[in-house]
This record gives sequence, C-alpha cells and structure tokens, in this order.
Amino acid sequence: MSENDGQRFDRLPATAADREVDGRATREAVVDWWENRFGIPAETFDDHTFWEKGAGKIWIFAGDAPSPIAIEGLGMTFLRTRQEHWKPTTDAVQRFGRLATKNVFELTDEQAERFVDGQDQEIPYDGDWGYVIAAHEIAGDREPIGVGLYVYGELKSTVPKGRQRSV
Amino acid sequence: MEPFQRYRDVVDDFEAFIDACERSLSMAVRVNTLKATPEQVERAFDEAGIGYERADWHPHVVRVETDTPGVTWPSIHGWVHGQEEVSAIPASVLAPEPGDRVLDACAAPGSKATQLAAEMQDEGTLVANDNNLGRLSALRFNCERLGVTNVAVTNRDARNFSLKPFAAEDEHEGPQFDRVLVDAPCSCEGTIRKNPDALDGWSEDHVAGIAGVQKGILRRAIQVTRDGGHVVYSTCTFAPEENEAVLDHVLQKEDCRLVDYDLALEHDDGLTGWRDTEFDPQVAKAKRVYPHQNDTGGFFTAKLEVSA
Repeated sequence: MSENDGQRFDRLPATAADREVDGRATREAVVDWWENRFGIPAETFDDHTFWEKGAGKIWIFAGDAPSPIAIEGLGMTFLRTRQEHWKPTTDAVQRFGRLATKNVFELTDEQAERFVDGQDQEIPYDGDWGYVIAAHEIAGDREPIGVGLYVYGELKSTVPKGRQRSV
Repeated sequence: MEPFQRYRDVVDDFEAFIDACERSLSMAVRVNTLKATPEQVERAFDEAGIGYERADWHPHVVRVETDTPGVTWPSIHGWVHGQEEVSAIPASVLAPEPGDRVLDACAAPGSKATQLAAEMQDEGTLVANDNNLGRLSALRFNCERLGVTNVAVTNRDARNFSLKPFAAEDEHEGPQFDRVLVDAPCSCEGTIRKNPDALDGWSEDHVAGIAGVQKGILRRAIQVTRDGGHVVYSTCTFAPEENEAVLDHVLQKEDCRLVDYDLALEHDDGLTGWRDTEFDPQVAKAKRVYPHQNDTGGFFTAKLEVSA
C-alpha cells in the first residue's frame, strides 16, 4: 500500500478491491454514506468523480480528470473521512442537501438565525445522534443551511467561521 | 479625477462622465442559477423586507437596496453573489455552454468564474487560474459557496499557462479550450465609483507596464484556444493602452479576429486610434461602457475568434 500525497488529487478507488492507498475511502462507501445518512439517492452522483487531497479530505468534481493531478483545487470539498464519524461539508450540504429525506433538522426562523451565527442550541429531537442537515423554510421551500452535530439534546452549529453571519 | 482629463476628447458629454464617476454606486447581486431562480431570490428578498430591482439588460442581475447583501439569507445560501453590475458583462459575452471546456485565465476572486460555471450549468470543465496564491482562497471560497463542482483551480502566471497538468497518461498536453476569458489585471479606472482611491498612484508608466502583461496574457489565451473557439478580453479601465492597443498588438501577433456581439447596455464602440497611433479597424467591434451611460461602473469588453 502507498501513502496519501497531500500535494495532489487522487481519484477514489471504485471499491475496496481497487484500493492502493491504505485507509482511503472508496467511491462506493462515499455514495453509500450519503444514501444511508441522508437518504440522498446514489444516482445523484453518477456524473461526479470523487478525489482525495490531504488525508481524508474528499472532493467532488463534475466530470473527470487525469489521476493523479497536481493542482490547487478540483471541484468542491465534500466529506471528511479520517475520523470515526464522517463529516459532510457545509458547501456539500447546501448543494445536495435539498434531496435529503432523513436526519434533517427543520429550524424556525429564530433557530435558523442562531444556527448560522454559529450558536449551539438545545432542541428536542427523536432522530439519530451525529451529523445532521440544518434547514429552514425560505421562498416556500425547505433549504439546507449547513451541518449540525446533534448530541445530548443539543444542536451544535458547525458553520465555519467564514460562513457565519448575524442575519 | 485628474488622470481622466486625457479622455476629454474621446468621451461624449465629458462633464456627465466626470459627474457619474464622483457618485457612489448602488449595490448589485447576480442570481446564482446553480442554486436558485430569480423568482426565488425575489421572494426571499420580499420575505426579508429588502427592496430590489431587476436590471433590464441581464436577467440575473438585481440591484438591491441594502449596503450589506452578504448578510441576507439569499447570500448565505449561495443564491446570490454580490457583484458590480458591469462585472457580469464578460461571462455573458463569452456565453459558454454546458459541456464546454473553459478557461478563466485571471479568475480570483471568482465573480466571473462562478458566473461561467452557472452558464455551463456546472457541466463540462472550467479551469479557474490565478497567479496570486493568496487570492486563490477567495476564489475557492466563492466557488464552493455558490455550489460549483466543475471547477479545476490552478496557480500559474497566465502568460505561460500550462496545459500539462490536464494531459492524459499517454499525452504531452491536455486539451485546448473551447472558450477563454481574460478579465485582465488593469489600472481599474472604471472602479472609481466603488473604490474612490482607485486612481492613487496612477501614471502612464504604470499603465504601460500593465499593458505589457495584458498582451502576454491575451496571446497565451489565444494559443490555448482551439481553432474556431472564442476568447473574451475585458478590463475595468478606460485606458486605450490597456484595451484597444492590446487587441491591436494581439491581432498582429496571433491568428485571430475580432467578432461582433450584442450588449443591451448603452455603450461606445472601441477606439480606432489614440493620440498618434491608429489601431486595426477591427477594434471598433469592442465595446466601452462609461459610468454615465447606464449609471454603472466603467468596463471594456472585446470578443475574439481564433482562426482555423
């Protein structure tokens, strides 16, 4: 097995049988994770490829590119996979989270404003603990805001500093 | 405004031009069609009690009645991007299609790159390049916030942009581009309404220096475009040395021609001469937008076709 090279992007192996870098997530596992965790159908990502640059940092790219490729960015950061619990990015949840059917927290206007300001809040919820999609209603539809971590009855906002706003 | 005195004889109604340059500019946003429709954005602004007016020349440009569009829900969701109105011109003129291979040669901080990605409906490949590593983080931030997944970000001097990173295993270079945007670094005279200090440090030597860089960038852009492909050259400055003179130089050096295009904003044609220099008459196909014509910033845009 080789090691991950943080200076370049490597396309994820399709399945574990194709894996050449120890511990690298597979395309199959990534797509399954979004389906299992949020109910987002696997075929949503049929036209996308998945890449790793930096250990455990998974990027999603529309179309394909030669692998490996040593450039500064390839698509959008999508998922962190080197911890026990995988963590989606705010940007990925905003782009694909509309399709989610579970582990979605629908927030009131006031809760949504606190969430995007980076505040944690106690909210009763009978779903799974772990990473959830925080959403609210805007312009007549449910729209994802970002990623929350739900533990011990509390919704923790993981909106990155640079995306936090006081509406 | 002293540097603008040299435009007295080329700008119609010079006094109105100067008056407009002294007025501040109202805020505008561009609707990011990868995430929302103009109707959704308008409904969200209604819900937030923020006034707005859609620009009549572009379906996705909206003038908003707030000084801080960045702290509204439409911005947080990446439905809109704060962008000076004229800055939406060049990507509209390049008009890439889904599936195209497109280069934005000087892409940071990404207003035009994200607009190109939206026009491509996030399909095909957009290479967003910038030579300034520090500004690449803003470019990536904006691409991700607006939900773009078809962008490949590179960090090269655009004058020697390389196709090598995109080469397939048995190839020496990656494919050429269908369309390239060169929104060149410039003296930024046309941003005076947004940046009142835009003219600090202005000199003809500075203009001449930038023009040399612009010629190099535009030449390389043409070299990496396929035969029959298009290149848009734009600046936010009035200086003919950075606009028509750059086109004139590239028309002589590279196999390309200027082409007509439509722009639903009031504008002037490109200047066919400046001081003692006459330019290739094709440069009249370029368009100059002055601040007093549409109550916007100033802008220059030309469209070229690479010859077979």
